[in-house]
Amino acid sequence: MVIERYRPFTVMVAVVVVTVSTLLLVWAIGSLPPESPGLSAQVSANLINSGVQAEVTAVLLNFRGYDTLLEVSVLLTALLGVWYLGPFHITSDTPVSGLVMDNMVRFLTPVMILVTGYVLWLGSHAAGGAFQAGALLAGAGVLVQVVRPEWLALRDSRTFRGLLIAGPAVFVLVAAGMMLLSGSMLEYPREHAGSLILLIEAASTLSIAAILTMLFTGGRPHPGAGN
Amino acid sequence: MSQYLWYALVGTGLFSIGLLGLILHRHLLRRMLALNVMSTGVFMIFVALANRNSALPDPVPLAMVLTGLVVSVSATALGLVLIEKVQRQHGTPVLPEDDA
Repeated sequence: MVIERYRPFTVMVAVVVVTVSTLLLVWAIGSLPPESPGLSAQVSANLINSGVQAEVTAVLLNFRGYDTLLEVSVLLTALLGVWYLGPFHITSDTPVSGLVMDNMVRFLTPVMILVTGYVLWLGSHAAGGAFQAGALLAGAGVLVQVVRPEWLALRDSRTFRGLLIAGPAVFVLVAAGMMLLSGSMLEYPREHAGSLILLIEAASTLSIAAILTMLFTGGRPHPGAGN
Repeated sequence: MSQYLWYALVGTGLFSIGLLGLILHRHLLRRMLALNVMSTGVFMIFVALANRNSALPDPVPLAMVLTGLVVSVSATALGLVLIEKVQRQHGTPVLPEDDA
């Protein structure tokens, strides 16, 4: 049990630092022009070349594909960090069971998987896409993991490890393939851009969901299990 | 006052509350929470500033926030595992150099 003691000096420094930074931020935000379309015009003008109709998806997967590729890698790196720190502690003997939880999970899991597919597809023309879909699927994964850990025995298998790297792997393969074909990385040919983006997004959804579900356990699977 | 400015200022408030918590608290879990409040504030400022537009919001900051959200979730997970490690090694969720 840690009792928070605030030393007067620390409080004084904190108040000064926070006041100064708040004033700076307010000043910076206030000094911005009240009307600014940002890069909207450029995005709208190039949307026709991106392969998708949704602006955010076009930015994420096409115009700034680099960011998204690195982001998926950051997720994987975070998971490797978590695995490196030790094995996980949630075991199948400590499920949160009960009639309500059991039935809710039984009912919700298929619905969440269905909605994941829908949100992924929605990304091509509206708000949606790999990250939202992946987060939803991860939610289902966490629920199942807490209530019915035996359903996720797959978690310790090599197949599941393949799922973890599917997103970054497909992304890198597409990027490298494009580099060989057209000479520039992550630049898709216009007629195939839509399908390539959907392929990357589908693989990323699975990887994001798998990685977030694994991050929730807070440790690596037991060594040797399920090989 | 325009709407975007209001949301941006609320975001600034969240950032400041988080910063204050980060400096004052020594319990690592509280620091992690404070860091998350801070990043929520930053995301809110970003989304608010993307709306300085009579038409649709600027998609570039929105995409960056989406990226940031996922990164902050994974960073939080890694941080929590590190906190657990500190707790196990020192018996208290406080960094040794703070434990005066």
